Amino acid sequence: MKTLILRGPGTNCDQETAYAFQLAGSQTEILHLNQLLAAPERLRDFQVMCLPGGFSFGDDLGAGRVFGYKLEQQLGEMLQQFRDDGKLILGICNGFQILLSCGLLVSPRQDGVRRATLATNDCGHFLNRWVYLEASTSKCVFLRGIHRMVMPMAHAEGKFMTDGPETTAELESHDQLALRYVAPLPDEPSLGDWPANPNGAMLDLAGISDPSGRVFGLMPHPERHITKTQHFQWTRLAASGRTKENEWPAHWSQNGQGVFRNAVEYFR
Amino acid sequence: MSVGLARDQRESAIHSQVHLWQVEICPRDAAHDHLAAVISSAVADLRLNDQVHVRAAHGYLVEGEVDLPAVEWIAKRLLVDGVTEVGQIGRVGETALNQQDSDQVCRYVLFKPGVTDAIALTALHTMQASGFAVRAVRTYRKYWISGASAETLTLLERKVIANASIEEVVALPLQLESLATDVRYDFELLRVPLLDADETQLMAISRQGGLSLNLLEMQTIQNHFRSLDRNPTDIELETIAQTWSEHCSHKTLAGRIEYEGPDGRRTFQNMLKETIFKATTQLRQQWGDKDWCVSVFKDNAGVVKFDDQFHVCFKVETHNRPSALEPYGGANTGVGGVIRDTLGTGLGAKPICSTDVFCFAPPDMSPEELPEGVLHPARIMRGVVAGVRDYGNRMGIPTVNGAIYFDRRYVGNPLVFCGNVGLIPVDKSFKQPQSGDLIVALGGRTGRDGIHGATFSSVELTDKSEKLSGGAVQIGNAIIEKMVQDVLLQARDRELYSAVTDCGAGGFSSAVGEMAEGLGAVVDLELAPLKYQGLSYTEIWISEAQERMVLSVPPENWTALQALCHSESVEATVLGHFTDDRKLQLRYHGQTVGHLDLKFMHDGRPPVVRQAKYTPTSAQPYGPSNVATAAHAWNLSRASIEDTLLRLLGELNIASKQWVIQQYDHEVQGGSVVKPLVGAAGDGPSDAAALRPRLDSARTIIVGNGMAPRFSDFDTYHAATSAMDEAVRNCVATGAIPSRIAVLDNFSWGYTDRPETLGALVRAAIACHDLALAWQVPFISGKDSLNNEFSYHDAHGQRQTIRIPHTLLISALGQADTDTECVSMDLKRPGNRLLQIGATYCELAGSHFSLVRGLEGGQVPEVRPQSAWALFETVHRCIKAGWISACHDLSEGGLAVAISEMAFAGRLGATIDLSQIEIFSTNPNAAESRCDTVPADLVRLFSESNSRFVIEVPPAFVDNVRREFATLPISDIGVVTDNSLLVIRSGEQAVAEMDIDTLRERWQKPLAW
Repeated sequence: MKTLILRGPGTNCDQETAYAFQLAGSQTEILHLNQLLAAPERLRDFQVMCLPGGFSFGDDLGAGRVFGYKLEQQLGEMLQQFRDDGKLILGICNGFQILLSCGLLVSPRQDGVRRATLATNDCGHFLNRWVYLEASTSKCVFLRGIHRMVMPMAHAEGKFMTDGPETTAELESHDQLALRYVAPLPDEPSLGDWPANPNGAMLDLAGISDPSGRVFGLMPHPERHITKTQHFQWTRLAASGRTKENEWPAHWSQNGQGVFRNAVEYFR
Repeated sequence: MSVGLARDQRESAIHSQVHLWQVEICPRDAAHDHLAAVISSAVADLRLNDQVHVRAAHGYLVEGEVDLPAVEWIAKRLLVDGVTEVGQIGRVGETALNQQDSDQVCRYVLFKPGVTDAIALTALHTMQASGFAVRAVRTYRKYWISGASAETLTLLERKVIANASIEEVVALPLQLESLATDVRYDFELLRVPLLDADETQLMAISRQGGLSLNLLEMQTIQNHFRSLDRNPTDIELETIAQTWSEHCSHKTLAGRIEYEGPDGRRTFQNMLKETIFKATTQLRQQWGDKDWCVSVFKDNAGVVKFDDQFHVCFKVETHNRPSALEPYGGANTGVGGVIRDTLGTGLGAKPICSTDVFCFAPPDMSPEELPEGVLHPARIMRGVVAGVRDYGNRMGIPTVNGAIYFDRRYVGNPLVFCGNVGLIPVDKSFKQPQSGDLIVALGGRTGRDGIHGATFSSVELTDKSEKLSGGAVQIGNAIIEKMVQDVLLQARDRELYSAVTDCGAGGFSSAVGEMAEGLGAVVDLELAPLKYQGLSYTEIWISEAQERMVLSVPPENWTALQALCHSESVEATVLGHFTDDRKLQLRYHGQTVGHLDLKFMHDGRPPVVRQAKYTPTSAQPYGPSNVATAAHAWNLSRASIEDTLLRLLGELNIASKQWVIQQYDHEVQGGSVVKPLVGAAGDGPSDAAALRPRLDSARTIIVGNGMAPRFSDFDTYHAATSAMDEAVRNCVATGAIPSRIAVLDNFSWGYTDRPETLGALVRAAIACHDLALAWQVPFISGKDSLNNEFSYHDAHGQRQTIRIPHTLLISALGQADTDTECVSMDLKRPGNRLLQIGATYCELAGSHFSLVRGLEGGQVPEVRPQSAWALFETVHRCIKAGWISACHDLSEGGLAVAISEMAFAGRLGATIDLSQIEIFSTNPNAAESRCDTVPADLVRLFSESNSRFVIEVPPAFVDNVRREFATLPISDIGVVTDNSLLVIRSGEQAVAEMDIDTLRERWQKPLAW
């Protein structure tokens, strides 16, 4: 099985994302948007398409806006077909912003205006730190069997919002509200509060899927926690005298590998 | 899909005429008004009395053959976020778009014509790609301000809502006929009447042209052209000025210097070559086959070996002047510039991480204390941090390490050091352009940006700089540079070019001039792609527009390179070719506008001869600086010690930089091993950053830095060795192999025409030489920035000058065999022992303890090279053996601060006994007597002696560690405890007992913006 890593001007997480898919057992190919636009039929070579993180087109008109607009205008129908063929689409960070912009996760209003967005973090600027996540979906293919994960977030515009209760209810009824920020420990109540929720996202949402569960976007970076020494506290665990893995705290193994493995296993 | 609709709009557009539309975008509610929030925090920094309230909007001016429905269509899909924003569309000047309430004033802020407006360009290209006949786009911001007095409003306009060097403020209503910025340029070849000029006239020519050439240099040029029997053209004179500028040629430090100092009298023919560079040369000879340096002091960055397949390179640049005028743009382009150094090293290295070090005045200075013409330090700091953040994050290069140093003397002249590390394949480490190769410009277009940056950065700042130097300000566009990187590294691996260099200071003139050295070049200037029309041939040649690289491309590879660039929407243009006649020929539409002898350009500059003299501040007894501080100077009471510790943690140099660090993406590229913030809650200050540059390999690099400007006030020799010690020990503390650490020097100094100031620098360079040899730690690259002084006229009309402290930044690049050998500084486990390594001396001069308690004089910390190196090697052996759970170096604030940081980072307590720490005697004939008034426990707690660490060791390994340190200073000072208390005793006596949360909160508070 083969994953397309689609990059554009300003994409910058393509190589480590490709590496994460490779570790999970997928072949990968990194293509530039121009190359795909020139030969859209190449999409057929792939089972998974991933939009990695970065600052596509500088996020100049809004995060992921230009890339999303180009995808929608030029490849919109092909991407819908890709999904309807039972294939998978993943957007990480800027990729999530792109998917939301191009309407693949939440369809826009009749007049083209979007119904959901990723707004500027409440703190007003870019932030990079580790967050704890909990899956809250039975539909999203990428989150199958995953309960909790720990990984970094690194973005300025990640505050998920809808245009109102109607849209939110619709997303909920389709089981699209897939991934949420939670407190470090399961028994700590912190829903909605800083710092567990790093950006003020509505309902603590870190990621959502489309109604099919095969298109998924998330703000945090699963590809940045797939090996031990990427964990922000590995020096504590390694030096704590707890040398056996089963003595480590649970979140040690709650890494991002599952997201990529699920994509690969879906096609087994 | 909506494509159909777009087509309808396109068709209707064909029949319409040119319109100028305004798309105004307002936040739906105040919570989303982030533009206004930025202004509010800047207003707060100014501490104005007025209750100023600001509301903001942003927008686009769109010019083209597009009608209203088309603009509405674009706005909904592309420009306005319907969830958080509300859009309003009208014609420019329309009343509905130019309204303010009676208690408000409304101001537009627009980029001045010609300043790069990246967002507008993206909007333009995206609309054009969709088929809309849009000709031009400009962006603007708009503010409604209430509650401001007329005076405050003027201040806001000048210093807060806009930056006068790049932006203009416009009152209602906005009236514009057209967005066209192109102006006609009528070619005229300009010659400069040099041949018959007398001395006064020569200097007038230099001054008026902004050439920064001195009389001797002007006379040398005059003689050269007399021998040719013709006057130079303007472009020839400019080219020589750029090449000979301090920024490009480092003529002062690489010049002849007569030095007299405590180390005797010495005459240098080339000071840098005979000190810092010489040490590296000698080490490489000593090492023979084991030499691990690859390319030093030659290319854009220093290169050392990493593994079988890759080398690593490292460069740190200064970007002080531009950052003083336009902090955001200055820091932004500083980062962009040093990344291009990496891209232009060898045949191109991949940037893998950045390090950024700043020196500012305290951000809480009151505005009344600021000299005229100076931006508020808080404004500078916010701007610089945002500039570094936005460039590094957008490029996808992790910013992993840095420091911020505060001193009031940086008020008019902040320092911004931007560093970048690159990874380069072993066989791509060298370049050689060939005669016949095409000269290809890659990346951004050329505009009037930053004209005279190279010569400007070599002169002193004044209160007029703010008004005069706007042209020297550059604006970066990181995405263009990322696109350049993407194609450059592919072209490198396909071996499509023979050499590459970056366009930095001096633009094409420096880049092509440098590459053509030893060859020759012909350049057709009209071929350079321009941002807008109207540039003269000389402006094209010396423009410092960002994001440009120059390649030397064998003609047979041009088609392949062109196709590659086209496939990624990167512009590549042939400007000319390299020859072998040792001449630089510049043409404009076929006419020769410049013909220079390259040998004269590169070797013709008259040697700069300078006098240098240095006398260290004579050692004074250590004691209170005035009566007020005398009472508490030696106070050992528990309350007083605790108060001192809290004040130290709250000192800006020591306080947490979390607000800055978390704005940088320090994990992109996926190789992060030790992050800048570590510990139980990810908020402890790590000593150095560690990362794996290759995803498929465990080999790790470790980046640290050191500087000690406060020690420079006593002796720059010891300030230099202390800085180097700090940089190296930070890396060692994190797990670096001591014998694989390479370092860089960055001198930011005052006015070096003054012998005392230059003498201070020479003495520091001698120190670098001595310690590099003693430790076998090679310097591999460096950079200097001179004349960092700020002059202004005070209230009485007197000219005042503020000199920065002599500032030497040492940046260190270390390596570890595997990532799992790295350690962090946070305490790990109750019951583990705490040991202090290294010798404590009564070295409190320039310490932060002195600052907090108001003390002066004393002994400045020195480095004892032999024992320090033995310590580093032993610490590393113990780390590698797995015996050390945590390691933290002792720096600002000494042991007291270090142990506090370790405890609160690990959310664990610690109990230590000071009486276990021996105090070593300093040089017997110098200082002993000056210290005997100082109580021993104050020395143990607060001395800033170099080469010291605190390590945490599990009880089972304590004996092993002690055995390793048998002949070195080591004291078992205490234990990690399972509570939240830091308990400091001295024998039976309680010295301090504090809650770690109290300590942490004090440490986090000052910069928790």
